[in-house]
Amino acid sequence: MTATPIEPTAESGGWTGALRRRLVRTLPPDKLLPDRQPSYVSSWIYVFGVLTIAALGWVLISGTWLALAGPVWWHTSAVGHFVNSMHLWGVELFFFFMVIHLWGKFFMAAWRGRRALTWITGAVAFLGSIGTAFTGYLVQTNFDSQWISTQAKDGLNSVGVGAWFNVLNTGQMLLWHVLLLPLVLGVLVVAHVLLVRRHGVVPPFGAESDEKVSGDDVD
Amino acid sequence: MTSTKPRPEVVAPAETGWTGPTRSYDLVKEFVIATLVIGLLVIGMAVLLGSPDDQAISLQGWANADPNGFVATTVTELDGTSTSAGYGPPYNTAGTGQQLGPLHLAQAGGVRAPVDPANDFVLTPLRSVTGDPGLAAALTTYTSASADQQAKWSTAYDTALSNATANDPAKVKPGDYGPVPVLASSLLRLARSGGLDGALTRQSGFYGTDYTKPLLFLADGQYLASRADDQHLSGDQWGMMNETGNYPGQAWLWLYTFWYQVPPFTHTGNADAWIWALMAVLSLLLVLVPFIPGLRDLPRLVGVHRLIWRDYYRSAARTKK
Amino acid sequence: MNRLAAAIDLNTPGNYLHWGVIQISLANLVVIVLMIVVFLLALFLPFPGRRRDK
Repeated sequence: MTATPIEPTAESGGWTGALRRRLVRTLPPDKLLPDRQPSYVSSWIYVFGVLTIAALGWVLISGTWLALAGPVWWHTSAVGHFVNSMHLWGVELFFFFMVIHLWGKFFMAAWRGRRALTWITGAVAFLGSIGTAFTGYLVQTNFDSQWISTQAKDGLNSVGVGAWFNVLNTGQMLLWHVLLLPLVLGVLVVAHVLLVRRHGVVPPFGAESDEKVSGDDVD
Repeated sequence: MTSTKPRPEVVAPAETGWTGPTRSYDLVKEFVIATLVIGLLVIGMAVLLGSPDDQAISLQGWANADPNGFVATTVTELDGTSTSAGYGPPYNTAGTGQQLGPLHLAQAGGVRAPVDPANDFVLTPLRSVTGDPGLAAALTTYTSASADQQAKWSTAYDTALSNATANDPAKVKPGDYGPVPVLASSLLRLARSGGLDGALTRQSGFYGTDYTKPLLFLADGQYLASRADDQHLSGDQWGMMNETGNYPGQAWLWLYTFWYQVPPFTHTGNADAWIWALMAVLSLLLVLVPFIPGLRDLPRLVGVHRLIWRDYYRSAARTKK
Repeated sequence: MNRLAAAIDLNTPGNYLHWGVIQISLANLVVIVLMIVVFLLALFLPFPGRRRDK
C-alpha cells in the first residue's frame, strides 16, 4: 500500500515555497533557457552581449590563474607573464565588445517596454568594470602601478573618497580587485542577464504592441 | 507619451513576451562558440603582443639614478614644502584639501592615512642607522632644536640647493644649515644601500603591504614624474588613457581625462574635485537615460535602428500590403 | 628575467598623434577605429539564417 502524497496548495511550503513560486512565476524554465527568439533578432549587433560575457569569462579564468600564484609571480615566470598577457587582452576585448554592445542598445532604445532596469544594471556594470579594471592596474606591482596610484590618489582625495579607499595601499587594492569588486560585478552581470531572459529582447520601434508585458514589471 | 500608440497587453509574468513571428535558436551553443572564439583571440593576442611590465622604481633606484633630486626632495620633506608635507587630508592637517564650492569633501573624509613626512620619511628611518656617530649627533642636534630653528636650517638649505649648479649638494654655497646637510646625505646613503625601501614599508610591522609612505615620498620627487612623462603618462598628455610603450591603454577614460586639458579646469586648484563631480553627474545621466526626456528620444530620431531591424520592417511592410 | 618574447614587441617608445588639444596614442586610436569599424560592420553585414517558422 503506497502513502497518499500531500497535495501542495498555493500557500504550502512556508518561505521556501513562496520563494520558489515567486521565482518560477517570474522566470519559468522556458524563459530562462529559451530555444526560440523573435524573428526581428536578425542583426550582427546582437552578438556583442554574449561576446562581452565570454571575454569576461576569460578575464576571470586568467585572473584566477594569476591569483593561484600570487601578485608578483608574473614578473619572474614566463608562464606567469603569458597569463598576465591573457588577462590584459581579455580586459581590452571585454571593454571593446561591451562598449559596442552599449552603442547598439542605445540606438535600439533597449530600455523600452519596462526594460529600464536592464539598462540600469548594464550601465552600472559598465561603470563598475571601469573601477575594477582600475584596481587591476594598481596591483600590477610595477612602474605603471606606482604612477597610476600616485596620480589617481589626488582625484579620490579631492572628494574625500581617498580617506577610505587608499590607492597607495597595495594590499587593500589587491583585495578589492580580486574579491570585492568582482563579487559586485558578478551580481550585476547575473542580474542583467536574468533581466534580459525575463523581459526578452526589446522589440523594434512600432512593434511594441505585439509584446505582452507583466503588471509587476519595473518601468 | 503619445496616447494614440497601441499599448502592450498586460498579463501574468509567465505569459509575457513577443507574440509575433519567432525562429528557433540555440542560446547555449551561441555561448560556447563565443567562448571559444574569444579564447582564441585572447590566447592569440597574448602570444603575438605580450603585455608591458616596466619595473617599479625603488627608492634605491631613485637615489642611484638621481641623487641630487633625492637630496632636494628630502630637504623639502624637512622644511614642509613637499607635496606630501602640505597635502592635508587624508594624510595630515597641513592643508585643507580641495573643495567643491562650499563643500569641503576632502576634509569631511578626515585624516585616515596619517603621514608625517619629516618624521616618517627622514628622521625615523635615520634613527634606525647604527654605527654612525656623525649622524647620531646630527639627529640629536636637529630634534632638540626648536621648530623655528629646524625650519630656518632646512629652508636655507632648500634655497641653497636650488641655487647650486645641477642642485648638487657639493656645489652649495656655505651657509648656516645646521645638521640638515648631514641628515640629507645620510638618508641618501641609506636609500642607495636599499635600506630605506624596507624602512618605509616596515613602519606598520613586519608584513608591510601598505605602500603609502614610500609612494608618497617617491611622488614628491621629480624622478618618477619625469619617467612618466617620457612614457606620455602625464596629466597634460592625456596620460590617464595611456600605457607604457606602444600598448593600448584605457581608451574608456577619454572623457575623464579630456576635462583636465581644457579651461576652466586648467586654471583651478580644485580641478580634481570639479571633474570628479562632473563625471559623477554624467555617469548618473548615463545610468538614468531611460528617464531623461530628449536623451531617451535620440535613438528614435537618429534612426540607426532602421538598419538593425531592416529585415523586420521589410517583412512587416510586405504583410501590410 | 625569464620571459618568452612576444612576436611583436610593443615595448618600444609609444607613437603619439597631436590634433590641437587632443593627444592620442596610435595604439588607442587603432582600438577606437577598430571599434567603429566593427560596429558599422555589425550594422551593415547581412545576417544569415532567416528561417522564419512560427
